[in-house]
Amino acid sequence: MARLEHNNIQLDSEGRLRHFLTIEGLGRDLLTRILDTAESFAALPGRPVKKVPALRGRVITNLFFETSTRTRTTFELAAKRLSADVLNFNVSTSATAKGETLLDTLRNIEAMHSEMFIVRHSQSGAAHFIARHAAPGVSVINAGDGRHAHPTQAMLDMFTIRRHKGDFAPLRVAIVGDILHSRVARSQILALNTLGVTEVRVIGPRTLIPTEARALGVHIFHDLDEGLRDVDVVIMLRLQKERMDGALLPSEEEYFRLYGLTNERLENAKPDAIVMHPGPINRGVEMDSEVADGPRSVILRQVSYGIAVRMAVMSLCIQTHAEVPA
Amino acid sequence: MNISIVNGRLIDPANGRDEPLDLHIHGQQIVAIGSPPEGFEPHETIDATGQIVCPGLVDIAASLRDPGSGAKGDIDSETRAAARGGITTIVCTPDTDPVVDTPAVIELIHRTARKLRRTRVLTAAALTRGLDGEQLANMAALQAAGAVALSNGARPLANTLVERRALEYATTFGMTVMLRPEDRHLRAGGCAHEGAVATRLGLPGIPAAAETVAVARDLALAEHTGARVHFHALSAAGSVRQLREACATRLNVSADVAAHQLHLTEMDIEGFDANCHVSPPLRTLADRDALRQAVADGTIAAICSDHQPHEVDAKEAPFPETAPGISGLETLLALTLRLVDEGVLPLSEALARVTCGPADLLGLPQGRFEVGGSADVCIFDPRAHWTLRRDEMYSEGRNTPFEGWEFGGPVTYTLFNGRLVYRRDIAPPD
Amino acid sequence: MKKSHIFMQHDAIVDLVDGMTHLLRHQLDDRGITEPAMIGIHTGGAWIARELHDRLGCSDPLGLLDISFYRDDFTRIGVNPQVRPSQIEFDVEGRDIILVDDVIQSGRTIRAAMNEIFDFGRPASILLATLIERGGRQLPIQPDVVGLRVPLQPHEHIRLRGPEQLTLEITQRG
Repeated sequence: MARLEHNNIQLDSEGRLRHFLTIEGLGRDLLTRILDTAESFAALPGRPVKKVPALRGRVITNLFFETSTRTRTTFELAAKRLSADVLNFNVSTSATAKGETLLDTLRNIEAMHSEMFIVRHSQSGAAHFIARHAAPGVSVINAGDGRHAHPTQAMLDMFTIRRHKGDFAPLRVAIVGDILHSRVARSQILALNTLGVTEVRVIGPRTLIPTEARALGVHIFHDLDEGLRDVDVVIMLRLQKERMDGALLPSEEEYFRLYGLTNERLENAKPDAIVMHPGPINRGVEMDSEVADGPRSVILRQVSYGIAVRMAVMSLCIQTHAEVPA
Repeated sequence: MNISIVNGRLIDPANGRDEPLDLHIHGQQIVAIGSPPEGFEPHETIDATGQIVCPGLVDIAASLRDPGSGAKGDIDSETRAAARGGITTIVCTPDTDPVVDTPAVIELIHRTARKLRRTRVLTAAALTRGLDGEQLANMAALQAAGAVALSNGARPLANTLVERRALEYATTFGMTVMLRPEDRHLRAGGCAHEGAVATRLGLPGIPAAAETVAVARDLALAEHTGARVHFHALSAAGSVRQLREACATRLNVSADVAAHQLHLTEMDIEGFDANCHVSPPLRTLADRDALRQAVADGTIAAICSDHQPHEVDAKEAPFPETAPGISGLETLLALTLRLVDEGVLPLSEALARVTCGPADLLGLPQGRFEVGGSADVCIFDPRAHWTLRRDEMYSEGRNTPFEGWEFGGPVTYTLFNGRLVYRRDIAPPD
Repeated sequence: MKKSHIFMQHDAIVDLVDGMTHLLRHQLDDRGITEPAMIGIHTGGAWIARELHDRLGCSDPLGLLDISFYRDDFTRIGVNPQVRPSQIEFDVEGRDIILVDDVIQSGRTIRAAMNEIFDFGRPASILLATLIERGGRQLPIQPDVVGLRVPLQPHEHIRLRGPEQLTLEITQRG
């Protein structure tokens, strides 16, 4: 009951998307609708004019408390392809940027008539926090908060999977690497389970798998070959270099030897399995170049789908708080 | 001033009383229980028909933020809240600014509280200077100034050698050491119980082992040094198990639990509710049940408020960046009575955990009705209900997850040293 | 309260489409257009366009437009739940286009459609064909070819159902 109430912050009274903070609490219909809407935008890059006028005159703000040029750019491009005006704010999260300042920042930008915030923050729950304090008529899209969620990244991965595999139901998907610190993995697992795949597996050493990972609805494997057996989709997670320092892993070499993806190890998966990675890849750590650039890799396509999916989420969120018809 | 409290049901767990008895007060003292002394003429009579009359509550761990900036509260505001909560004795924690590590700070606190005459404020002084965990505080001087216990606040000692020395030195003066068992390295920047909910929300976790490892270590040192150790704010079933074994081997150890730990669990942080950000974190239902069991059988002899008032801004941030803690003085009795409603333990036992239980742990004479003892009384109405509203709280800190909860047994009168310091539906006295 | 009745059945609609084919041939001849390309507006317009496309024997694949993201009331109405990608697999640049819709009323859909077409390229000309023309124009846009003019009250709503068995349905509102 409590959970329902909290996640409903994402939906308006008629069950339409208002904020996009996490996959949790969103049903299969809604996720499918995001994917379907994204299909409409996927063909745009092939046109002479690569934009639609849907959000002409609307102001969308990238509010990034954690630098990520790549993610910011895809959101910016998505907003511009919807003909929205884009503001970019990079707020340093130094000692001064505590709660007070964060809310002040929000109020200041709202005063510029921004109707949508794309928020990225190093702390879990930051997007929820901002959504809870956003003025009526303002939507918040989570572009990554701490270890919590990165729902647009997960949806573009779902889009990629659907494009290549069609139906979700028969699929077995393996997610390999640092699940513990990964907001992408959390959102992917939720999305895959909501869309009804047969099985989600996580593969990694115990130090990188949360103690209660089972509660996420996954099967846990510590052996890569075993975990990859008969899977249709392999998602490799990025291993942050700083994980080597915290006594989580002994060395990159050992990690690659145990969990690095090579063509040989990919043999365990189904012959038509696809390989995904949210990028940027650490070649020779998560996978070798042969796999990354090989025929099974759909990594580059993920990037272009990302814009279509973000356009879909933006256009679905902004609709619900328009002026009431006279 | 003579006061008679008549027609009430008097519950005094320390003396095994639970019967209709009147209470007669002269000056600051109780002069009779039952019939009034010969020739006693009350100036005021409180009709407690249908109500319960019990000793004023004893809260052995509350942060009053005084001395401090005042933004989070001060002795004035927080003793007002205590009076509303039926609390007449508070042991305040040393995590003030400056820290309670000199007699001067103790005297300042005691003087301020004495002037206000609203509740008794006792101090647990710092175990180490500045709570730095390195240099022992001047314990003898602190004791002489009135400290009733020693504590390192919410900053557990990282260095086991310092802990050993601190326990040994405190034992020299027969002082109780209150420890918050937590292994700093295992805590590792966590902000929520390392369990299913934190995993889903991506919140950095604090494993139960962060507490149980420390309990094991502290017990070993308690045994080695013979120190009188009190564990403050247990949260894990594993800690309870160890405590139970230690008590069985007649080790001189004890423990308290924060009232909110007996009602909330990790599930309550869903939606990143910063008001449920507490330290130690809310753990699983199994942990909560183990804590309840320990309270019921007396292994945990005290329920405390673990009062941590905060200004609004302290909770207005993404969950991990918010300050942990609950403003708990005004819900200590309510949450304790709720345990009775939920069948955890009988009323008289429950009241013991917030009166004589905590008092006995620190050897305090309060928390009981004795002829000649100070007239600290809490009267509450078991037939009535009340709803907690943030904007009606007396504490400067409105940080509570219990907003909108309906509770039984509102406090109707609080008397401290024979003086009426709270009366329901009447503005707080100055 | 809503009341609906069938206004026209499949066969009668097919007769209208035949009539439209005839009129279109005339118009194309008059304008000297020999290689028209056709675009239907999702969804009803696309059904009619499919019929016309066959009858006229256009060589390019039929183009389909979903104008959801070009509507002037997008932020009020939002994303159509059945939104699908626009598909135009020929080069619009310099072409003579026949734009087909089922019903023309306000003219706003046609405006949105023309805007979208121009984002694919600059056509030489656009000719508008609609199955039904009813009153209520809010923009200066008129069809070149019409299957049937239906005088309707403002509270009446006409709708094409399909795609296999085409029917026209009139709904009373109020």
